[in-house]
This record gives sequence, structure tokens and C-alpha cells, in this order.
Amino acid sequence: MGIVTPVLMVTVVGIISAIGLTLAEKFMAVPVDETAVKIRECLPGANCGGCGFAGCDDYAAALAADPTIAPNMCAPGGATAAAGIAAVLGVDAGDTTPKVARVHCTGADGVHKKDMEYQGYSTCAAAKGFFGGPGQCKNGCIGFGDCVAVCKYGAIQVVNGVAWVDKELCVACGACTKACPQALIKLVPQTSRVWVGCSSTDHGKITRQVCDAGCIGCKLCEKACKFEAIKVVDNHAVIDTDKCKNCGLCAKACPRHIIHVIPRKPVAPKAAPAPAPAAEAPKAEEAKAE
Amino acid sequence: MMELVKIIFAAVLVNNCVLVQFLGICPFLGVSKKMDSAVGMSLAVTFVMALATAATWPIQYFLLDPNGIGYLQTIVFILVIAALVQLVEIILKKYMPSLHKSLGVYLPLITTNCAVLGVCINNITDGYGFVASIMNSVGTGLGFLLAMVIFSGVRQRIEHNNIPESFKGVPITLIAASVLALAFMGFSGVIDGIFGA
Repeated sequence: MGIVTPVLMVTVVGIISAIGLTLAEKFMAVPVDETAVKIRECLPGANCGGCGFAGCDDYAAALAADPTIAPNMCAPGGATAAAGIAAVLGVDAGDTTPKVARVHCTGADGVHKKDMEYQGYSTCAAAKGFFGGPGQCKNGCIGFGDCVAVCKYGAIQVVNGVAWVDKELCVACGACTKACPQALIKLVPQTSRVWVGCSSTDHGKITRQVCDAGCIGCKLCEKACKFEAIKVVDNHAVIDTDKCKNCGLCAKACPRHIIHVIPRKPVAPKAAPAPAPAAEAPKAEEAKAE
Repeated sequence: MMELVKIIFAAVLVNNCVLVQFLGICPFLGVSKKMDSAVGMSLAVTFVMALATAATWPIQYFLLDPNGIGYLQTIVFILVIAALVQLVEIILKKYMPSLHKSLGVYLPLITTNCAVLGVCINNITDGYGFVASIMNSVGTGLGFLLAMVIFSGVRQRIEHNNIPESFKGVPITLIAASVLALAFMGFSGVIDGIFGA
């Protein structure tokens, strides 16, 4: 007899709660937008924010509410996600060239000169705020890895003081491009294989003094390019990836050897055009020249 | 009236639920990284605490005690609180979408938070009346808010410091929490000082 009352009591409380919840669920259910749910299923769920919304749910809700928003803004999802969303919404998927982040600086440790031994907060943003950073080149990679910290995919690491993107892991969410206080990281199409390893806006003379891997703005690449794809802007060469045919003529013409061509097939076992060897190459050349 | 003010002060400072009673450590460590989420979480906890007390106090005195099954307190309270929080979530979703959006993430988290259960049980063990129980719950919630706000501030300072590699992350957070708990030890006896014994 002693056990019946408590068991009954707890069961009754449980049943009352269950009935209450069921009724509440039934009468106060909020109609969920089916489109948003379907769109959400197309997205990878990484919540990286690369699309400019607060997360995958937010992007899906925005898409469902406003059909004018482009369905191709999810970089991790790429063409699959865009096609899926386009199918749900019945719109055109748009341009979904797979992209990859690339660091436009190869001024590794020992390649560029330093102004100081910086000992403050070890973030690039803090170092940048202190006289423009520890390096003499005020445009180069600071190397504290603000980009590494924001990358959710472990695709960036700092090698020899310069950030390097592992293009196998990069999903082109663009978080690093926003985190870099020097704005050195840009999203480029995965098909683009020629890149300039410098973003210095200093004049050629100064760049030559402070860094062995700096663009001096000599425009030899401009003359070598048959497609008008490379231009010297703000004292450094910039490649227009829409026009570039990846022929590599500019790389051959560059006297500073800072235009790099990524091999067509990844070098087995691991494609690693790390800044370290790339940056050391011109140094060796320089030594020979002297 | 004085009694109620005293209860609130005691709950916020002297018997701070996180730093003195060590209840609700999970959200204290988990959600204190950012100030705004810490405040959101604390407000949700305060709200649920008051609500849970309002539901569990009558259950204890009108259902459990008359039937002589006070020992079922814990299990019945958990059941009722969990159902209650779910109900609140459904209601909020329907009628206050904006509040649901700001509290929504935290509500399921505190369904079975031990601080909520703890304050309900403490109200019974301390023999508070209904109004005093509600006051105690609100005070405990505010104490939780205070601890969360202080600690999220501390953590933001920690983040920008050079910490030895082996202390990075959870270890330094726990050390900071223990120092903060030690600091709150200083409040013991303060109520008698303010309001007279």
C-alpha cells in the first residue's frame, strides 16, 4: 500500500505535465516556414557567417523571406548548396566559382627586416596599432595569426611568420579576409594558380630595403603579360583573375621572384607551396647576384 | 517588508548561488564568455527560478506534505520544472517572438539546471512562506546575474593576456572562478552588519 500513493502521485503529475505540453504544442504551435526549413537542409550548417548573415538558419530565413537575396553566397556549400537553394526557390543559382583564400605576402622571418621586438598583446590587430607593427614593412603579414584564430576549419597556419592557407581545407568563408588587419588575404578562384606574394604600398626603393620578397613595382610583369591581366597598383602588382590565363609569363619576368605559380597538379603527397620555400628562393638568387 | 529586503540581499551576496553555494556552475563557465549572452542567460534563469518556485512551493505544501511523501521532492520538482520550462518556451514562441529569440537558446539549457532545482528545494528547507520564497528566488537569480556579469568581465580581461601555455583555456578560467568565489566569502556576515542581528 505504501508504494501505491507515491507512484500514483508522480504518475499523475507526469501525465498532467504531458497533457499540458501536448495541448500547448497543439494550440500554440507557430507555423514554421517550410521553405526556410528546406533551404536550411541545403546549407552545410557550418555557421561560419561567410554569407554575411548570423548563421545558416539566419541565411535560410532571409532567403525564404526575400527571394532577391542571392542563393550563391554560401562558400562552404559551394555549387551544391546554391543549386539546392535555387531548386527550392525556383531561381537561378548564379555564379559559384569555387574560391580559396590566399595570403598575398611572403615576407617570412628573416626575409624582411624588423623595427622592433614587439612584446605586447600577441594579436595582429594589437601589433598593428603599435606603430604599424613590428616589421619595417607596414603592409606585410604580422604573423600573430588573427586569421588562424578566426578560421573554423583549421585551414590557416603561420609558417615562418607568414600566414599560409591550406587550400585543401579552405572553404572560402572569408572570415580570415575580414580578420587580417593588413587585408592581405583575398578570396581568389580555385582555378587561379598565379599569385603575387606581396601587397606593399611602399615605393620600390623602400620595399627593396626592408624585404627580400617585396614587389618593387617595376612593371616588367605588366609588359610580359599578353592578356593585360597584371597591373601595378599602389606600387605592387595585382592580378585580375578574370583575365589571367595562368600562363606564368609574369612569374618568369619578375626580377624579385615574388610572383608564384602553383603547379597544375598538386605535388604528391601534399601540395604545399608554403611561403617558406617560396620566400627563400629569391633570397638565394639575390645571394648569387651579389 | 524588511524581512523580504533582507532575504534578497542575503540571496544576492551572502548565499550567492554560484560563488558560495556552487550551484549552476555549468552555465557560469559555459555562457560567461560574452557579456550579452551572460546577461541573457542570467535573466532567463531569474525568470525561470521565480516561475519554478511559484509552481513547486504549492506542490510541496498542498500535494507532497499532506500525503506524507516529502521524500519525492526532488523527482517531482525536476518533472514539474522541466515541463514548466518547455511550456514557457512554447508560450514565448507564440506570443513574444522577440523575447523568445533572445532567451530561446538558453531556455532549454536551464530546463534541468541545478541552480533552479536548488533554489526550489532551499526555499522548502529554509521554511520560507510563499512570498518570501519568490523573493528568495528572484534574489538568487539576481545573484546569478551578478556573478555572471562580473565573471564575463574577468574572462574578457583574461583573454587579452599572456597566460602560460599550460594554463590557457579552462584552467585559468577555473582559477579565476575560485578567486572570485574567495572574494565573495568576504560578504559572509554582512547582512547582520547592515540590518542588525
